[in-house]
Amino acid sequence: MARHYSSFDRRGWRWLLQRVTAAFLVVVLAFHFFLLHFVHHAADITFAGTRFRMSNLGYFATMWLFLVTATFHGVNGVYNALVNQGIAGTQKRVAQVVLVAAGALLVVQGTRVAVAMAGISI
Amino acid sequence: MSQRYDRGSVEDFGRWTEFSAGMWAWVFHKFTGWVLVGYLFAHIAVLSTAIEGAATYNATLQGLESLLVVRVMEVGLLAVAVFHILNGMRLLLVDLGVGLEAQDKSFYASLVLTGAITVASVPTFLAGLGGG
Repeated sequence: MARHYSSFDRRGWRWLLQRVTAAFLVVVLAFHFFLLHFVHHAADITFAGTRFRMSNLGYFATMWLFLVTATFHGVNGVYNALVNQGIAGTQKRVAQVVLVAAGALLVVQGTRVAVAMAGISI
Repeated sequence: MSQRYDRGSVEDFGRWTEFSAGMWAWVFHKFTGWVLVGYLFAHIAVLSTAIEGAATYNATLQGLESLLVVRVMEVGLLAVAVFHILNGMRLLLVDLGVGLEAQDKSFYASLVLTGAITVASVPTFLAGLGGG
């Protein structure tokens, strides 16, 4: 039995970011679910309530960081899964381009949604 | 001195009856990850109705929440999220050098806690359905 095991990869910044975002997401995903399903029931969510919450700078910043970290963690996780399945060469390059584009689009659209929810005019 | 034990490839799903706890944890973490990333894109798509204004946003959310199938899928989403969170904490701890010798027990604990939290949340997720 190995005395110590870690999947730590010294060569990769993505390895570290996947774990840093995981530590953040564990807390914020639990908070998000608790607030919007148990404190406020999803069926009772209204635009007015959403705007009230998103008008708070700390809440807005937390939700935007939630969007960015969840997008990175999810897209990087999909990429890791595909590499794990053995994609290489052109397939790997296509996966990188498609996933980076999908992630960027999601962050842009999510930011537009957050801005609309908060009632910020740009 | 470390010793290696070849469990075979977890990607070779045809031999699933031979899988150990750690291999099931890998499979479940991957499955729940796929569901969560898929949901993230769908979630932002639905919330994009906020750009159209209050009336569209309220009508969309209330319309979805009036459907039983949506409520049931929300319970499933909670189960998936709770397992991914708990097993993710288990993975973070193992990467920090904590709990490898009990990794099978912590996987079973993640499963049991996920089940308990999911069952306990069912009344909350079904509250108010059908105007009740």
